[in-house]
Amino acid sequence: MTNPLLSVRDLKVSFPSETGTVDAVRGISFDLKAGRTLGIVGESGSGKSVTSLAIMGLLDENVRISGSITFDGQELLGKSDKQLSAIRGNGLAMIFQDPLSSLTPVFSIGDQLIEALTVHRKLSKRAAWARAVELLETVGLPNPERRMKSFPHEFSGGMRQRVVIAIAMANKPKLIIADEPTTALDVTIQAQILDLIAKAQSETGAAVIMITHDMGVVAKTADDVLVMYAGRPVEKAPVHELFHRTRMPYSIGLLGAIPRVDKAEKQPLVPVKGNPPLLINLPDACPFASRCPIAIDACHTREPDLVDVGNEKMGEHHAACIRSHEITDGGLIDGRRVFPLPDVSERALAGVPREDRPVTLEVRNMTKTFPLMKGAFLKRKLGEVHAIRGISFDIREGETMAIVGESGCGKTTTLLQIMDLVEQVDGDILIGGTSVADVRGGHAERTLRRDIQIVFQDPMGALDPRMTVADIIAEPLRAIGTKKAESETRVDELMDLVGLDPSHSNRFPSAFSGGQRQRIGIARALATNPKVVVLDEPVSALDVSIQAGVINLLDELKAKLGLSYLFVAHDLSVVRHIADRVAVMYLGAFVEQGSVNEIFEDPQHPYTQALLSAIPIPDPDIERTRERIVLTGDLASATDQSGGCSFASRCQLFKVLPPEDQARCLGEVPPLTGPENHRNACHFR
Amino acid sequence: MPRNSIQPAVGPETTAIRLPRKRMSKWELYSRRFRRNRPAVAGLVIFAVLVLFAVVAPLLARYDHIELDFLNLGEPPSGEHWLGTTSAGNDTFAQVAIGLQRSLMIAVAVSVGTTVISAVVGTAAAYFSGMFERLTLLLIHFLMVVPTFLLLAMFSNDSGGDWRTISLIMILIGWFFPARVIWTMALSLREREYVHAARYMGVPGMKIVLRHMLPNIGSLLVINFTLGVVAAVMIETGLSFLGFGVKIPDVSLGSLIGSGANTITSAPWLFYFPAAALTLLTVSMALVADGLRDAFDPTSAAGGRA
Ligand SMILES: Nc1ncnc2c1ncn2[C@@H]1O[C@H](COP(=O)(O)OP(=O)(O)OP(=O)(O)O)[C@@H](O)[C@H]1O
Ligand code: SF4
Ligand code: SF4
Ligand SMILES: [Mg+2]
Repeated sequence: MTNPLLSVRDLKVSFPSETGTVDAVRGISFDLKAGRTLGIVGESGSGKSVTSLAIMGLLDENVRISGSITFDGQELLGKSDKQLSAIRGNGLAMIFQDPLSSLTPVFSIGDQLIEALTVHRKLSKRAAWARAVELLETVGLPNPERRMKSFPHEFSGGMRQRVVIAIAMANKPKLIIADEPTTALDVTIQAQILDLIAKAQSETGAAVIMITHDMGVVAKTADDVLVMYAGRPVEKAPVHELFHRTRMPYSIGLLGAIPRVDKAEKQPLVPVKGNPPLLINLPDACPFASRCPIAIDACHTREPDLVDVGNEKMGEHHAACIRSHEITDGGLIDGRRVFPLPDVSERALAGVPREDRPVTLEVRNMTKTFPLMKGAFLKRKLGEVHAIRGISFDIREGETMAIVGESGCGKTTTLLQIMDLVEQVDGDILIGGTSVADVRGGHAERTLRRDIQIVFQDPMGALDPRMTVADIIAEPLRAIGTKKAESETRVDELMDLVGLDPSHSNRFPSAFSGGQRQRIGIARALATNPKVVVLDEPVSALDVSIQAGVINLLDELKAKLGLSYLFVAHDLSVVRHIADRVAVMYLGAFVEQGSVNEIFEDPQHPYTQALLSAIPIPDPDIERTRERIVLTGDLASATDQSGGCSFASRCQLFKVLPPEDQARCLGEVPPLTGPENHRNACHFR
Repeated sequence: MPRNSIQPAVGPETTAIRLPRKRMSKWELYSRRFRRNRPAVAGLVIFAVLVLFAVVAPLLARYDHIELDFLNLGEPPSGEHWLGTTSAGNDTFAQVAIGLQRSLMIAVAVSVGTTVISAVVGTAAAYFSGMFERLTLLLIHFLMVVPTFLLLAMFSNDSGGDWRTISLIMILIGWFFPARVIWTMALSLREREYVHAARYMGVPGMKIVLRHMLPNIGSLLVINFTLGVVAAVMIETGLSFLGFGVKIPDVSLGSLIGSGANTITSAPWLFYFPAAALTLLTVSMALVADGLRDAFDPTSAAGGRA
């Protein structure tokens, strides 16, 4: 057996803090061989990033680290900064989540690449330049020669990440650590970047540590998987083993909690209740015990070790659970599910056909242009950004309409137009039948606002940290002049409704976890009994295990209260799970619109097809055999107002069309055509 | 290899049941950080002693600060007059106590006034934006170039040295500088989602300013207030020293120092005692302000320490 390239033994990391010592990593061991990929998954705060920083030697002085990290035969712990930086330059590279923070804004990317190339080895200026251009070409940056002189801020997120990867590849690394390399990116770009990392790996023969919270990414990229919980690995196995023969309740919960883009039936998701423990003064017990549905008394007496639960046939498989031998494939124990399925509430309106339900929100030909200004003093108008170009849709009672699309396509602008009640030039917005054009004056506005409420993406940012939860939830009630006593009972009622304990209503938001905060936000939105709730990426800031609970709650509320949702998300799996109707948005216009099953089963527009095929599916067998359409290029800019199809620059179908058809794509804007429950905007579909 | 990768057992010494976890409230955290800052605590103690002195000393003093003792003219400190007397026969002890009292009253009144006005104007300008914001900024920038100290000296001289008028004028010329600082801070608050959320709920604008924006710059306001006290004391003493401020028979630290400076060689106690009181006052407040800043700032080197 060959020696592992990287071997970590009993690594422990702790930070001093105000409230006590935070044991961020509490003993982790693994081996990694050249050319292999280790996926590390776990929820936020489980110690994934700290582990990678410890390996890179990038932690602060005051941090206590113990154990051993051997890289390429050398012990890394205890090395001086200088020695470490020599080792890093010779074989370790790191790709961070936020590419902007790893590039220096004041230097051109060419300078940064050349610096990376020359800092650890002698290379003539010209050779370095040539090599840098070559690297940029490898990572697929168009016009590499010219791009050498550009600065990081001139690039989009995806392009920056490519540059970071180019820099990472500069020194022919033996180990690449990628910490959430695609979390900040859109799915189509994510697919490109993951392919690129795979390419970098095959070209350099490097080992990769892929840190992510996305099980789909793991299924796609990893050979071995390590699941972390509360600073410890709780399960470790080859990827197929881990997905198909899961043995630790936390991993089972994690896999059960993800909505699947490839599954039509609307089963409720299985949330993992509760929150991960604080990493201070952890008791000697299974850290998962408080959330584990199959916990027994013995779980509370000692922290389980990570022991081998594999068999001869399948190879090694480690799990840290004292009941793992009882768990069988498919997440069953004694033939029953480890995580029981939550009850599905029947939809009150399920039987009523769509046409017979009242329309709660209607948008007709909405447009929005931003002037493009230049100059600090005398502003000149350079042109216009067409952020939204004439979209129309309606939402009926008890229905969820989702708008999906890449960042920058105009989703949030659409929501803000509605929430700001902006009068449309050549269209209209109707909320419960009332046109926003008719609303003038504070009173009328307040009455209309009762019917439409919003839930924001960031559950922390949307709650005033200085107000108690009761005050926060009561605020919309106070705004419409509800009496104090009345609003107090209503607050209790609402907290009950969203699954919070009403006796906690005098606490501040900071005392709640992310998922609970989002529930507070939802309770506030429901306070005035609105007809329509606008949800701007309501679960994208939450961990998967928590996300499932919030999605179930939204589903349940819709069924119970007959709400309409306007739901904006970039995660198509979530959309498939929750929505009834979908509109796919590209550069401010809908390119495909219809019922959710139609669109996910039979996507017609080339962009929808690409979007769907870019989503990694959390199943290694499906994920690795699936045919994939990888889009090239980035989202085009909304400024160019050419006469043709705005998707033409990236369209995969366009490339294979005969020239006369291509001319039509470029010369004629494709209208949205087709039957009511499935329209698309492509000339050739 | 498989055997190697098994985790080492959790040692038996960890079996003991550990303390349950505990969260600290924000105020606990702030006060703990503040208390760790020794100079700041010392500043707070000195300030408390000064306030106590200003309140209690006039009650204990054997002489009133305007009462003249013709048997002791320009005497150095003695058992009879603890801090000596002026050439006119005033008891310096009583004068310093009353002067300190007056200076403190002016300082606190001015600091409260400027903090409130600047906070409301600054945040409201940021929230309402548009025309209101532009006009407010225009006014602030105009006031910034006006020679305000000169105006202040002129008006307070005319006012006949009444401390209330002086305070009012000091507020009127003191609010705009902090208002601009607060405006810049509040710009980022205006983009917070909870502010948008409140607007979408239909909460009226001024309520949003008072309910959501002001409390969230509270720590800045507290610091502004402490620094404002220091600044007000300095300006007031400066004015009185030059003879534009508080006038006889009323006294403030500034007027005492001013008259004491004339006799610094013949009767040094007349200068040194009020000067010491002034120094203690400003230094202690500056230390407190520093300590508060560190306590509130999550990233400050002193506060972030475990
Ligand atoms: N510099 C630091 N000082 C104190 N505590 C820290 C520090 N950095 C990380 N921690 C703590 O260590 C724990 C593990 O953090 P880590 O960043 O490794 O989590 P993660 O698994 O990468 O989470 P995410 O998915 O959010 O990136 C957390 O409790 C975190 O608060
Ligand atoms: S050890 Fe007990 S509490 Fe921990 S995961 Fe296993 S069954 Fe659940
Ligand atoms: S109209 Fe042409 S360019 Fe546009 S999506 Fe269809 S094929 Fe592609
Ligand atoms: Mg991380």
